[in-house]
Amino acid sequence: MSSIAFTLLTSLFFSAIATSASAATPTYIQGTLVDSTKAPIAGVTISATGPNNFSGESISDASGKWKIEVPAAAVYQVSINQEQLPSGQALTDPAKAIIKANVISLGFDVTILFPIGPGVEKATDLERSAQLLADGLILALVIALAALGLNLVFGTTGLTNFAHGELLTLGGLLTYYLSAVVGLKVFLAIPLAVALSALIGGYLQDKFLWQPLRRRGTGLIAALIVSIGLAILIRYFFLFIFGGDTRQLPEYAGQAGLALGPVSITPKSIITSSIGLAMLVIATLWLSRSHMGKASRAVADNPALASSSGIEVERVIRAVWILGATLASFAGIMVTVNQGVSFVMGQDLLLLIFAAVTLGGLGTINGALIGSLVIGVSIQLSTLFIPTELKYVGALVILILILLVRPQGILGKKGRIG
Amino acid sequence: MDFLFITQQSLSAAIGVNTIIFALAAIGLNMHFGYTGLLNFGQAGFLAVGAYSVAVSVVSFNVSLWVALLIGIVNSIILALLLGIPTLRLRADYLAIVTIAAGEIIRQVARSATFNKTLGGSDGITGKFGKEFFDLNPFTAGLDLPFLRFTPNDLWVVVVGWALVAVILFLMWLLVNSPWGRLLKAIREDEDAVRSLGKNVYLYKIQSLIAGGVIGSIGGFVYALSRQSVQPDNYGTALTFFAYTVLILGGAARVLAPIAGAVIFWFLLVFVEQMLRQAVSAGYIPEWLIGVNQVGQIRFMLVGLGLMMLMIFRPQGIFGDRKELALDARA
Repeated sequence: MSSIAFTLLTSLFFSAIATSASAATPTYIQGTLVDSTKAPIAGVTISATGPNNFSGESISDASGKWKIEVPAAAVYQVSINQEQLPSGQALTDPAKAIIKANVISLGFDVTILFPIGPGVEKATDLERSAQLLADGLILALVIALAALGLNLVFGTTGLTNFAHGELLTLGGLLTYYLSAVVGLKVFLAIPLAVALSALIGGYLQDKFLWQPLRRRGTGLIAALIVSIGLAILIRYFFLFIFGGDTRQLPEYAGQAGLALGPVSITPKSIITSSIGLAMLVIATLWLSRSHMGKASRAVADNPALASSSGIEVERVIRAVWILGATLASFAGIMVTVNQGVSFVMGQDLLLLIFAAVTLGGLGTINGALIGSLVIGVSIQLSTLFIPTELKYVGALVILILILLVRPQGILGKKGRIG
Repeated sequence: MDFLFITQQSLSAAIGVNTIIFALAAIGLNMHFGYTGLLNFGQAGFLAVGAYSVAVSVVSFNVSLWVALLIGIVNSIILALLLGIPTLRLRADYLAIVTIAAGEIIRQVARSATFNKTLGGSDGITGKFGKEFFDLNPFTAGLDLPFLRFTPNDLWVVVVGWALVAVILFLMWLLVNSPWGRLLKAIREDEDAVRSLGKNVYLYKIQSLIAGGVIGSIGGFVYALSRQSVQPDNYGTALTFFAYTVLILGGAARVLAPIAGAVIFWFLLVFVEQMLRQAVSAGYIPEWLIGVNQVGQIRFMLVGLGLMMLMIFRPQGIFGDRKELALDARA
């Protein structure tokens, strides 16, 4: 999903790129082989084949660098000799053993990256399952944090919010700016970023956009389309200020994993997941036990009746927005700390969040949690059977299949069927 | 600032290939959303199916282009059935989520390395699969007027494309003014009322999904043929959302609205881009505020803002009728 913006932009306008560079310019397909600790790997043969029976070879030098000169602008197949990799190192994605290199024009070198890490394929299926289950539970937690807020907003106001993913990105970007630019320690930047997200993404967003729209009586589908417009506006604003790359926080970026039995987890992942889980539990308890939480369910059930029995509907909705933004921003921060932040982070996760919510039952709290668990775990475990790059496809197919047999979702009520 | 160049670029875009593609995508959505009230957020998937059907059939299986076009239409009907059968019983917002998921499934499968051999992976397919179409091109010279500029091939695509749009719009006009079209509008307004008259709402919704989907896939044909290449990431959710913007800008549930919307959308998009680009390079806008590479992002921010403002202040669009479209109804 990440490159939609750029490709749309470039392909629509620059579909024909000038091929003006002179034919004499030497042009290379090149790269640097490094393992997961960024240590160079020497002595590995890289070969390229292309049209007109072209073939070329290069052996990585002491700094891991290799380059192959190519004669013409064309698409080349670049492959790596995996058997020459040092023991314990392998391609992290076996599908990347052959990579297509598109030399658009002579004079423009193309850089190819072979992702190398500790050999995953050497692990047994059982060990892999354990690792994937752990990864899946963490992903489920991220989805659940985001899904709870989405579901609460839907429950109380009926809004299907397509801009919810941007709340995750907001949390992640604020953490990045507070730590990398302002220079705060990450553990200080995170609570500050959550508070700012709750203020901007929760309080201010509802006060200045959604509450006025509710007062105007904007319909649900109109509001849904407004949220799409908002998502586009914010996403390109993030791209405008942040750029298109994925960046890591200044601290804890290259943390080594701890081996817990068959599972390897980084300490930062354990800490952020624990906090996330605690937030989820507190939020669920708050919703089921506190006065405000009960009021929110009353509003979801029947706003008019809730209002006439003395519940301040607008205050409840505001609280729900703030809670939703808080949880979503922390979900974004979990991703940022562990995988880095980019402007499309939220958009990439939004479909999974929707899938989880739809699966569990739109508007139900427990449904969102169960749906997240199913989606998160099944995405990771599915890579045992299908290629990693298709894991999201698997989750979305599951969504459609479940809707076939149970249109109201796992915990949903019948009312949603049209 | 070179205003002549800006005008030339903007006007050429306003009646150019992209306008035709988005107009076709939006005409399909008009059938779904405007007339039947179906929130199809997977329109990009229909365009992708159209585009890939042509490219894959011709390049990988050496089928004649004209047969490939037929295959594309059959495939889009199959997609509409696959999408419609499980989802059309759901409420509008669920349909939105499922269709957006389906669109993404298509794109991710198309760009996956697993099907690299037939679908081309993330690079897509580039080849001369439009040769049979361009062989018929009667234009030997392009158009190079002060206000308009097309290459010979683009001119051919534009002429055929607009002719196609005209035919489709005429058919659409006949359809929506027929008893069948009135039934669709009735479904949009009150599904239960239609059901109480003994009509099979589900069946009509599927027919609408097929009709709009086929029109979308024709947009995909134009997309693929005009560039002689298909790239999976062109068929992401952004395409669907921009098609909605085009439709809502023109005014949903009006036959001619997608045309008006697409022309205005592309004129403004290119006009704003060119103005900003020239203003930045001429130094009217300081470099620290907007870099040359950031102009594209400003453009899309304006699209997002425009969509919000339209929906809030003028949901009927430029030519729509507020009474015609009960967008405010609880779907």
